[in-house]
Amino acid sequence: MTVAQSTIEVPVARWPRDNPLRERLLAIDPRGGRFQDHRVGDLPKLLAPRDLVVVNDAATLPASLRGRTGAGDAVELRLLEAPVEGSARAVLFGAGDWRTPTEHRPAPPRLKVGDQIAIAPETPDPVLVTVAAVDPERPRLLAVRFAPTPEPLWAALYRIARAVQYSYVSAPLELWHVQTAYAARPWAVEPPSAGRPLRWSLLESLRQKGVALATLTHGAGLSNTGDPAIDAALPLPERYEVPRATVDAVAAARAGGGRVIAVGTTVVRALEGCAADHGGELVAGAGVTSLKLGPGTRPRVVDGLFTGMHEPASSHFQLLLAFADDALLRRAHSHALSQGYLWHEFGDSCLVLPPRLRVA
Amino acid sequence: MDLKGTSALVTGASRGLGAALVHALGKAGARVVAVARSREALQGVVASARAQGAEVHALVADVGDKQATYAIAGSAAALVGPVDLLVQNASTLGPTPLPLLLDTECEDLQKVLEVNVVGPFRLTKAVAGSMAARGRGTVVHITSDAAVNAYPTWGAYGVSKAALEHLGRIWNAELAERGVRFLTVDPGEMDTRMHADAMPDADRAALARPGEVAAKLVRLLQQDQAPARVELASFPVSP
Repeated sequence: MTVAQSTIEVPVARWPRDNPLRERLLAIDPRGGRFQDHRVGDLPKLLAPRDLVVVNDAATLPASLRGRTGAGDAVELRLLEAPVEGSARAVLFGAGDWRTPTEHRPAPPRLKVGDQIAIAPETPDPVLVTVAAVDPERPRLLAVRFAPTPEPLWAALYRIARAVQYSYVSAPLELWHVQTAYAARPWAVEPPSAGRPLRWSLLESLRQKGVALATLTHGAGLSNTGDPAIDAALPLPERYEVPRATVDAVAAARAGGGRVIAVGTTVVRALEGCAADHGGELVAGAGVTSLKLGPGTRPRVVDGLFTGMHEPASSHFQLLLAFADDALLRRAHSHALSQGYLWHEFGDSCLVLPPRLRVA
Repeated sequence: MDLKGTSALVTGASRGLGAALVHALGKAGARVVAVARSREALQGVVASARAQGAEVHALVADVGDKQATYAIAGSAAALVGPVDLLVQNASTLGPTPLPLLLDTECEDLQKVLEVNVVGPFRLTKAVAGSMAARGRGTVVHITSDAAVNAYPTWGAYGVSKAALEHLGRIWNAELAERGVRFLTVDPGEMDTRMHADAMPDADRAALARPGEVAAKLVRLLQQDQAPARVELASFPVSP
């Protein structure tokens, strides 16, 4: 294992590109130990009839809330999940904004239960948030409760909050920069970005090829907070819902010799987490998963995944190790670096998928 | 479609046909998000529908405002689940009394197109992708005979409704195989404020009641098969 490589800075896409189908796609065959360069638009050629593509249809909610504490300190609250009955877990950030990498942001004031933060205090209708719990070991990790608003809390969030931003992008992101083409319920606080290049023209090409499409909803949390104690624990338990139609589609793909391809690590987490909670069987319904996949886990539902480029130091890379061995993934990573692939939310993609077994 | 438990989003919901549809859909068991610009009028509609036992949520927003698109689509899905039925009912006549085309300001035509065509396009774009991925959904465009007939002084409105109808045909061509259907529905002449604004001298007794028209539209939705364009005036009152 080469530690040096995991700390190499990777080239980053700093803004959504105009034609996602022209973005790079590195296809990795974990069984053959090979990889090959493609474009995202080649995906239909890499899949086969009766394969099933499963996407996370969570929309990205505006989860970055700027406000002021009762003591007058400027803070940013980033929600870790969509509020349920007015409450959510959140991470507190100090003064400054998204242009500063999270690990360099000044520490926020230490809040205690009962403290209040006025969100969007400069607007005519600020929203009051009360600290309901403080994690004893990680004091920036809070549970917060929203004061009742005259409108549904959701409408208030869209009014007072913004999409979570990234310090590497070249300008502030609006919600439409981060939504997938099939987004439904706003459960994700950061975009399920693996699906970002999946334009409907590509999904149509897949359909014409005989590749099936199914959805689930997984509430993706924050990818990074700059607080080592919190980041070490990510991803925290996340909410998911698997529809009956998707359980049936997985069964149909299996019966027809097709492969189940997850779009993004969140889909892997939802499908495998759901199966882990039900004795290895995929069951329709909602749940919360704390499953973390890694080199020791054997996926029970998912055969492969279409996802972003993941650095060897990241937790996403750990998840890839459930699908391909470390040496192959590191060789592929070096190759991608040498070929000018781009990383992060608006970067290039990879497909980790074994070839289809011939039906005897 | 079975409306019981269906997630429905209705625009232009504070008055007229929109308000009546909120009641009728709620009565049929749908979970309804009602969108309009006026908070007070909307809250009245929602309160009366809730009093009858319906699940209805009020969302104050302007479909003519691009910034509101994700607030509407996202809030609706969060409140009632992924949207299965979207009724694009909000629309504007533009300035009244209705002007001849030669007297129509270019900016007024633009504003009418923004609310009656571009706004519905944006909202459908934010909602129908999820419908297509799930393989089911219905979008209703409320239109008018002014889309088909060239009535003097109805220029901006008529052009916008003609465009909306064609938009629905193209949506259908692209998404029917994904299980998403687009219905264009002409409710006929109704006793509404919009009608009074357009034709203040009309005989109100000759106009249909929005509640009766909404009930017909609900019955149309409950049918599995429906033509892509329906005139509710000639749709039977009861099965």
